[in-house]
Amino acid sequence: MAKTIVQEFTKGLWDEIPPFRLVLGLCPTLAVTKSVENGIGMGVAFTFVLLCSNILVSALRKVIPPKVRIACFIIIIATFVTVVELLMQAYTYKLFLQLGIFIPLIVVNCIVLGRAEAFASKKGIAASFADAMGMGIGFTLALTALAAFREILGAGTFTLGNIAGWILSLVGIGTLDLWSSPLQVFGPSFQPFQFMIEAPGAFVCLGLMLCIMNLFKK
Amino acid sequence: MREMIKMVVVLTVLSAFSGGLLAAIKNGTQDQIENQQLKFVKGPAITAIFEGASNDPLADRFKLKADGREISFFVGTFDGRANAVAFESFGKGYGGELGVMVGVNLTDDKIVGVGITTHSETPGVGSRAKSEPGFAAQFKGQSIKQAFKVKLDGGQVDAVSGATFTSRGVSAALSDAGKVYQDLKPQLADKIKSFTK
Repeated sequence: MAKTIVQEFTKGLWDEIPPFRLVLGLCPTLAVTKSVENGIGMGVAFTFVLLCSNILVSALRKVIPPKVRIACFIIIIATFVTVVELLMQAYTYKLFLQLGIFIPLIVVNCIVLGRAEAFASKKGIAASFADAMGMGIGFTLALTALAAFREILGAGTFTLGNIAGWILSLVGIGTLDLWSSPLQVFGPSFQPFQFMIEAPGAFVCLGLMLCIMNLFKK
Repeated sequence: MREMIKMVVVLTVLSAFSGGLLAAIKNGTQDQIENQQLKFVKGPAITAIFEGASNDPLADRFKLKADGREISFFVGTFDGRANAVAFESFGKGYGGELGVMVGVNLTDDKIVGVGITTHSETPGVGSRAKSEPGFAAQFKGQSIKQAFKVKLDGGQVDAVSGATFTSRGVSAALSDAGKVYQDLKPQLADKIKSFTK
């Protein structure tokens, strides 16, 4: 049963939302979701890489010899990851410092390689584009949700950051200054639940999220 | 055989294309990246060292070669005269390389200020060398023309408690900076004149 382009796009948002339904790409999901800003930044970088690699793999799918396809995919992915790394260093340096090693690690993220292998190398460019957009946005949403949960409980703040803040201020909601600085959610007397920010908290939050997702699914 | 050749050709073309693209982007973003590093990594240390300077030390800078590497010097203007330089020196800390920005007054060879730029020390232990202002402040006013050693090694530097390795790294970086400074002093004095406006 062939899916339409729209279905290829929307499946990444819920049915196959990467960290929760596919349970793939957990390393950055757990590690960078300490603040909403990091979550969104990671999601955007990831979406860019996935989009570019999916389109290129799909365009070259008839040229790439099957025996060396993984090597070809990795070259393509690694190239775009390095591009993202350089661009982030040049334009969003603070975010680059916070995400650190997890930007280069997108190379070995199994969602990107998985989409190239399982989807883009078999389907047309339009479908691959829709698939990458859906998966990328789904990944970003998942990271943002997880990060919001952890940051609000763990630090009592909500930091949307420069990228999303810039978009929102363009639309006319709030100003860039408002969104790029941490918003106090609970007021000054809030005692942060530090556990949520630390690594074990990430696992607990992810587990709770999976649980909620499964409840909805039933 | 044909398949073999195709594999080699595809991989080669792909790699060449990738290399070309990356080189182009690296070239294009180089200046911007350098600016960002100046602003976020070295900037805060330099601004703190040259507090009260009448110029913009980040804009007034020049490069000199020493020990086979290029060092950036930032100029500080006080009382209308450009008479201080700041530059970065490196030492070995507990967790790797430790960058120390040191400002020196050319008139009396004394340290104007010291600030840690980059480090990978243990958070809460070695990192206090950067966050505790008292540690860096002890160097202010001391002559740069001496070997710096922590007290444990028979020197004069008060180490950050529990972070002897880090303190040794900072001391080594300062001693090294002293050598570079003395080697380059004639050139520095010459270069800096052009920054007095």
